[in-house]
Amino acid sequence: MAQRLQEVDVVVIGVGMVGSMVAKELAAAGYRVVGLERGQTRFTVPEFQSPAMHDELRFAVHKAMMQDNTREPVTFRNQSSQVALPLRRWESFLPGTGLGGSMVHWNGQTWRFQASDFQLATHVRERYGKNLLDADLTIQDWGVTYADLEPHYDRFEYLLGTSGKAGNIKGQIQAGGDPHQSPRSRDYPTPPQKELFQGTLFREAAAGLGCNPFPQPSSNMSQPYTNPEGMKLNTCVFCGFCERFGCEHFAKSTPQTVILPVLLANPNFELRTGCQVQRINLDSTKKHATGVTYVDAVGREFEQPAALIVTSMFALNNVRMLLLSGIGTPYDPNTGQGVVGRNYSYQTVSSVDAFFDDDVVVNPFMASGASGTVINDFAADNFDHSGLGFIGGGYVGAVNSHGRPIQFHPVPPGTANWGKGWKQAVVKHYNHTVKISVHGSSMSQRQNYLDLDPTYRDAWGQPLLRMTFDFPQNDLKMSAYVTAKAVEIGKAMGAKQVAGYPRKGPYTTQQYQSTHNTGGTVMGENPKTSVVNRYLQCWDVPNVFVIGASNYPQNASWNPTGTLGALTYWAIDAIKSKYLKNGGHLVAA
Amino acid sequence: MTKVTRRSFVTTVGVASVASAAALRTTPTPAAIGGVPAASGGAAATAKISSGATPVYLFFNADEARFIEAACERFIPADELGPGALLAAVPNYLDKQLGGAWGAGERLYRSGPWASGTATQGYQLPFTPAELFHTSLRAIIHDLDARQTPFHAMSADNQDAYLRSLEAGAHDLDGVPSSVFFDALLQMTVEGFFSDPVYGGNRDMVAWRMIGFPGAYADYFEAVDRHGVKFQREPMSLAEDSKGHILLKDIPAKL
Repeated sequence: MAQRLQEVDVVVIGVGMVGSMVAKELAAAGYRVVGLERGQTRFTVPEFQSPAMHDELRFAVHKAMMQDNTREPVTFRNQSSQVALPLRRWESFLPGTGLGGSMVHWNGQTWRFQASDFQLATHVRERYGKNLLDADLTIQDWGVTYADLEPHYDRFEYLLGTSGKAGNIKGQIQAGGDPHQSPRSRDYPTPPQKELFQGTLFREAAAGLGCNPFPQPSSNMSQPYTNPEGMKLNTCVFCGFCERFGCEHFAKSTPQTVILPVLLANPNFELRTGCQVQRINLDSTKKHATGVTYVDAVGREFEQPAALIVTSMFALNNVRMLLLSGIGTPYDPNTGQGVVGRNYSYQTVSSVDAFFDDDVVVNPFMASGASGTVINDFAADNFDHSGLGFIGGGYVGAVNSHGRPIQFHPVPPGTANWGKGWKQAVVKHYNHTVKISVHGSSMSQRQNYLDLDPTYRDAWGQPLLRMTFDFPQNDLKMSAYVTAKAVEIGKAMGAKQVAGYPRKGPYTTQQYQSTHNTGGTVMGENPKTSVVNRYLQCWDVPNVFVIGASNYPQNASWNPTGTLGALTYWAIDAIKSKYLKNGGHLVAA
Repeated sequence: MTKVTRRSFVTTVGVASVASAAALRTTPTPAAIGGVPAASGGAAATAKISSGATPVYLFFNADEARFIEAACERFIPADELGPGALLAAVPNYLDKQLGGAWGAGERLYRSGPWASGTATQGYQLPFTPAELFHTSLRAIIHDLDARQTPFHAMSADNQDAYLRSLEAGAHDLDGVPSSVFFDALLQMTVEGFFSDPVYGGNRDMVAWRMIGFPGAYADYFEAVDRHGVKFQREPMSLAEDSKGHILLKDIPAKL
């Protein structure tokens, strides 16, 4: 029998970056906020300290910071005609857990989407006509514009201290930045990180081909920085243990380094860790949430009543929470009806290996998670797609975040995968290879969705999330096109041999690609095709807000985190200035 | 110094194992390794390798250890570039992983029901890594013993051919598709070669020296400016003190 606790103003489910930002703002505004985090506390000191942190086997290969598959995996199938089976180990994507969430162990690549991304359906139709798109694609407009979000992008970047070089300030194109970017009100809070040798090789080759290279925006600090919350960060020293690792240097922007200490110091906020939320509870009308039920670390069940509930978990878990709670109509791919779980999308990534002679020494182990030199000339709709047969694109760049040898030992195509020939190739190429990354958009289609698995359960006895996904043909065509461009750049870099690996179907969960799982609680202006309105408030249950990349109707060419930070500040504004003042639906249904 | 070919090294090892299992696990003397690469300071590396350090196997029995040692050495053989899996103590890495939490199923979702699924759905057997290895090795050893060709006594070429047949899934190992076992064995061999020596492989960081990876070292802030200049530094393990740990200022023990 669940023990019922005293009601609080706000429950935040998941205390990662989004949850920390929401809780901090609402607690500062005087509301009593409880943050429920299923994982444990961890802080820069002592949990992220080296040398123990510099352990590729433990953190990168065995994935010590990730959600534990023994308790809570996901089931997966490519097609509805197949039976979904559990992902018994993570490979393709790596959901995080613990205080601070995935932004403890992210790389720090911090992007904005472009204006056309937020009205993608309208934009494509207007530029290319109605017939360009595959009939199966279900891309949509977001219900917010880039202009709506710009001040919030700015605020998030200054919270993090993101290092970069603006390409467009209030409509003025800036030399050395990205000329394609949508207008920023001001430059980044810190200048770009140092350019690695790989980046210089890429930049010179790309510029020579007429592209516009610029430094990748990075939330690994280029210099010491104090953010508006008074938190101090240090200069990144390129240790090469970024993604999948905590940062011991206070140089990576994580909740621990940019906001958590401020949040934890506010007596209006109470953090409870080891608490696995089972569901959001609804009253008999099913249109109002009364609170949440959770199980703590020793197995006791509690009911926490709350006036307002914010789900701020990893995207997949947000979707699952709504399904387990009976909020919104689950999507049915056969009828096309329903919205929760609809429009699940991902990221279409590929790579190119550029092999150089022995006289080109790359030192791949010197890296930060987000230092890189990139181009956006083949991203989004920055190039004319007429006659190409696809929409979308990707950024291309020398984005080498590590040289850790268990997972980085490139060899040319045709090399055996074991034996003397393999060993010789590994030794020959380890320090003389540049990987060029292609990071591409992911369109939604009606066959890709999330729902609850009928068979497999988590450690608490609840149905697992079931993922049905394969790459749309559109995205495979896009990948082939952009990867070919990356191969050209590799050749122009003077590599002796260039091997391109465009993304091919079917989508496999057995190769790491990206943890950019998006969609499932899509935001929009039409309740028939969205779960939340433009303020991220549930259409069906107005005292539940869902904040996460689960809100994206489709995924753009760039990493989702920057946009999620902007959406979070946007939603916090709406919650504080509209919802908590007046209540009710912020948008007429 | 006699140049040691792959065949002669493996044959020597194989003959020794027939006579004595302990001899198999003796570290070859530096003279037997052959030439070493100048670029990675191989001579110094070889001299550093502690000889006579034999692993104590907690997981593998003697038959299994013989197969594992020979197979790992085929995956990553000793050659003129430097030591192979055996000298790097890769079998010891596998033994300690399989005998520990990872082998027992750490982070592995183990609930049924079970179905073989598509390649895109990944591993779907009920076995923990430890069970997978014991089951597969028992079947392999039984099969090869019945044919009177134990793996460790085969020529190098025949060992490679057998490994390729495992890789291709040509054998059913008491229900384990041999390709599943092969993939796990190869993956763990690479891990054992390149992981930090605290895990029992990559003895004396020979693999890191061979490719020029500095290990757990922390700070390249100045070095990144020296484009194209090889970074020359002895590799560092987690086990060493934190002299390589750079803090720009004292961090007090709070948030």
